[in-house]
Amino acid sequence: MSAGRDMKGDRSVENEAAFEKFKSCAVEVLQVPAEKITLDARFSDDLEADSLEVVELVMALEEAFDITVEETELEGVETIGQAFELVTSKI
Amino acid sequence: MELKRRGRRRVVVTGLGIVSCAGMSLDKFFEGLNGPAPEGDRRVRDFDPTPWLDVKQARRGDRFQQFSVAAAQMALDDAGELDPDPARAGVIFGTGVGGLETLEKQIQIHIEKGPRRVSPFLVPMLMANAGAAAISMRLGWRGPCETVVTACAAGTHSIGAAYRLIAWGRCDVVMTGSAEAAMTPVAMAAFSNMTALSTSGESRPFDRRRDGFVMGEGGGALVLEDLGHAQARGARIYAEVLGAASSADAHHITAPLPGGAGALACMELALEDAGISPSDVTHVNAHGTSTPLNDLAEAEALAKLFGSPTPPVTSLKGVTGHSLGAAGAIEGVATALTIHRRQIPPTVGLEELDPEIHIDVVTGGPRPFEDGAVLSNSFGFGGHNGTIVLATFRD
Repeated sequence: MSAGRDMKGDRSVENEAAFEKFKSCAVEVLQVPAEKITLDARFSDDLEADSLEVVELVMALEEAFDITVEETELEGVETIGQAFELVTSKI
Repeated sequence: MELKRRGRRRVVVTGLGIVSCAGMSLDKFFEGLNGPAPEGDRRVRDFDPTPWLDVKQARRGDRFQQFSVAAAQMALDDAGELDPDPARAGVIFGTGVGGLETLEKQIQIHIEKGPRRVSPFLVPMLMANAGAAAISMRLGWRGPCETVVTACAAGTHSIGAAYRLIAWGRCDVVMTGSAEAAMTPVAMAAFSNMTALSTSGESRPFDRRRDGFVMGEGGGALVLEDLGHAQARGARIYAEVLGAASSADAHHITAPLPGGAGALACMELALEDAGISPSDVTHVNAHGTSTPLNDLAEAEALAKLFGSPTPPVTSLKGVTGHSLGAAGAIEGVATALTIHRRQIPPTVGLEELDPEIHIDVVTGGPRPFEDGAVLSNSFGFGGHNGTIVLATFRD
């Protein structure tokens, strides 16, 4: 069971804390208002983030969550929700 | 002044922008050039990029790139409704170094945290052409977009290259100039160790006690425009660009040719390019860095070119310090203002003229400018010489 799926239903306290941390990284790197960081927000359309900015965000997340994300794992990651799921699967 | 046009199109200056410790608007800058020199170093204090760049753009751009875009946007606003054909609108914007602050920061991150933490934006922030690229993207101009990197001559060479693009018919409008933001601890140490920096901390061009340059930073931008294009839209014209020259000493990586031979050759080429003679020159905006070697060589060249007395000569670097690759553009902006406002700023910091220097230096306060042609010089490490010729516009 992945933590990301939990978010949609019974949200655990831990998950909420993780998402807040995720959100602050995204706000800092992508320079968008916090309310735009929602699970279904798309990097390109909703957040105007290009591929380099997604790489920079992942680097910030690696640091914040003390995880490692390989470049290949980013393929197909287009939304905040997908990125958050990727991160929480590694915690 | 009898001008030999040689089939070239006439080129005029119709917009100016400035980022300088002397002032962040044309009025404040030109007033600031009268002195006194700023207290302490010559940083552009409290520079806020947000009037010209949104927060995200500012985060993705090195300080030198922010200076570039800010100066260019000011010049664009100053020029009025340009509305050029984008394919015939170019950007020639120089720098001496590029995004040095960003590079130093990322090297530190690489050492402390390893390669996985090096920013994916390092390359687009570091590259010397980042300023020119950001300007073309912002303006939507699709003509030639290039960066001249010739150390302290980069700004003057950029203006010269921009002039040729219009004079030879490739462009109708070019945004030109240069920017520098290299006052990092490593760069300061390097310039200091090569004994280029003043140990007294005083910038004193042509003074007998001058002991090196005081580091500065900033940016300058000029809108150059085909005369016909400018007149068709009723543009205000600051000055005409009559010509430009570029040459190399082919001598030494940092020291100028003895006797100012390189500077002399470059100024002669510039006069020839402009189709004028020394007697048409009513002012020289000198490179005048306040280093013992540069100022002596440049003064010798001026004395040889003009005899005695020379036209009034000034160096702005007593106030602005030496902003390396930005200097030529900052001085180009000042030269256009000198011509348009008919006032030559003084050489601040000069108290006692070096007895070996025999030129007429403007000191003590501004001097009236007599309509005519002005040479603006820049000389860069590597033996790069640049001179542009700006003049009072006469239809």
